[in-house]
Amino acid sequence: MLIKKPSDIPSSDVTAHGLYLRRRDFLAGGAAAAAGLTIALAGCKSQASSAPPPAAASNQPPLPGVTKGPYGTTEPATAFGDITSYNNFYEFGTDKSDPGKNAGTLRTRPWTVAFEGEIAKPQVIDIDALLKLFPLEERIYRLRCVEGWSMVIPWVGVPLGPLIQRLQPTSRAKYVAFTTLLAPEQMPGQKTSVLEWPYVEGLRIDEAMHPLTILALGLYGKTLPNQDGAPVRLVVPWKYGFKSIKSIVKVRFVENQPPTSWNRYAPNEYGFYSNVNPAVDHPRWSQKKERRIGEFRRRDTLPFNGYANEVASLYTGLDLVKNF
Amino acid sequence: MSRVPLHLRLLKLAIGVAALVPAALAGWRFYAGALGPNPIAEALNRLGFWTLTLLLATLACTPIKVVTGWAFPLRLRRMLGLEAFVYACLHFVVYFAVDQFFDFGEIWKDILKRKFITVGFAAFVMLIPLAVTSTNGMVKRLGFPRWKRLHRLVYLSAACGVIHFAWRVKSDLRQPLLFAFVLAVLLIVRVVDQARRARPRRAA
Repeated sequence: MLIKKPSDIPSSDVTAHGLYLRRRDFLAGGAAAAAGLTIALAGCKSQASSAPPPAAASNQPPLPGVTKGPYGTTEPATAFGDITSYNNFYEFGTDKSDPGKNAGTLRTRPWTVAFEGEIAKPQVIDIDALLKLFPLEERIYRLRCVEGWSMVIPWVGVPLGPLIQRLQPTSRAKYVAFTTLLAPEQMPGQKTSVLEWPYVEGLRIDEAMHPLTILALGLYGKTLPNQDGAPVRLVVPWKYGFKSIKSIVKVRFVENQPPTSWNRYAPNEYGFYSNVNPAVDHPRWSQKKERRIGEFRRRDTLPFNGYANEVASLYTGLDLVKNF
Repeated sequence: MSRVPLHLRLLKLAIGVAALVPAALAGWRFYAGALGPNPIAEALNRLGFWTLTLLLATLACTPIKVVTGWAFPLRLRRMLGLEAFVYACLHFVVYFAVDQFFDFGEIWKDILKRKFITVGFAAFVMLIPLAVTSTNGMVKRLGFPRWKRLHRLVYLSAACGVIHFAWRVKSDLRQPLLFAFVLAVLLIVRVVDQARRARPRRAA
């Protein structure tokens, strides 16, 4: 049985690399023997952090001037080693450990993000300029993957809303479309056809401008590791993780709902909104529960990933079953 | 019955032990916290993968004899089949005892509603009568023709296992398709062999 209180620690204390959790002992029978073994475990203690992160990830340079931002959760943050070794980033392979092993080939400098479409001021911003445009904030957010696992990640980033306001969207800007880098020589997974490349995502303009939505530039106070979507990615914490597109090169403001990669792949399984919703199952598996990485027992999934107070009003009147 | 030479008996023993190494490794690593950030999912994936692999190895025994004439693999068939069953049991036990933590209500709902679990559970259940009737005594009790017909179920179980795998992944179908391809080839060898032997022989 899992009895855990969220610890009441301020975000500044959260930056402990290699956070270890004791798992509760639980009784089971048997032991692994060479013949007819049974994997019912007798007393299992494990550490939250698994294999150490690849050297590059833990050597990321720190980001200066990061202040504590709003909306942070007080739940314990997931271990840095787990955040950097358990990733869905199919551009680098489809195993969870692949991005950690393979993302070293991604070149994050030089890097620009093009802002175009229905805005008065289309422009291309260099990543180093983007890092200085707005004060960097720490946002400790839950991230819930559509597969049924979740983490608590201390992102460093800037809210997207003020940046959008600077670009002066026209009245025709109803949606924001995001595009990931297309570079198969750097991202070997793009040579496979597990998805169409480049990866694309989109939000309604009000979702993009919501104060929860950020462009993340780092985590745990340091520059974003490659496998987590360097050098800049989106984080929309009330939606399934695949909507938080990584390694962004283009942001386009458009009038019509843009295509999104997983919806293109399986439209009956991944909707445009993809709000975290325990009441709406994936066609092939339930969304009622999730496994928080580092915990042993599953926990209940919360509507909007626990951000209902902040975002439910965006969807009043919208049928969330049809618009999954 | 001719006596099996020692080196072949040792080979069978070595293969039998080797087949259990992945499970032992997975169990050891689970206990040591070395299965990555999501050890339960990783354990399930590994045990499932080896269940299918051993099932296909079992199904390969007769085709190997058919194609090469080498009879030794037939001596491995029951051992590999039972080991595949052991892995299937481990996979299932990890699912209901560790992943779902004995939540029978949720598990039953899963079996009824999630088609990939329905088909996986079916694959597992089909192996049970095969494991139970795997002994020489059982072959005698059933009579070989009936026993042979019952054990054809292993192809359906393997197919359900492959579908279970394919319906589980999000988009990377490469491994499931590889398993499907191997299963299809093994089945074709048996079917062709069966058809050949059914044809009336010409006088020499």
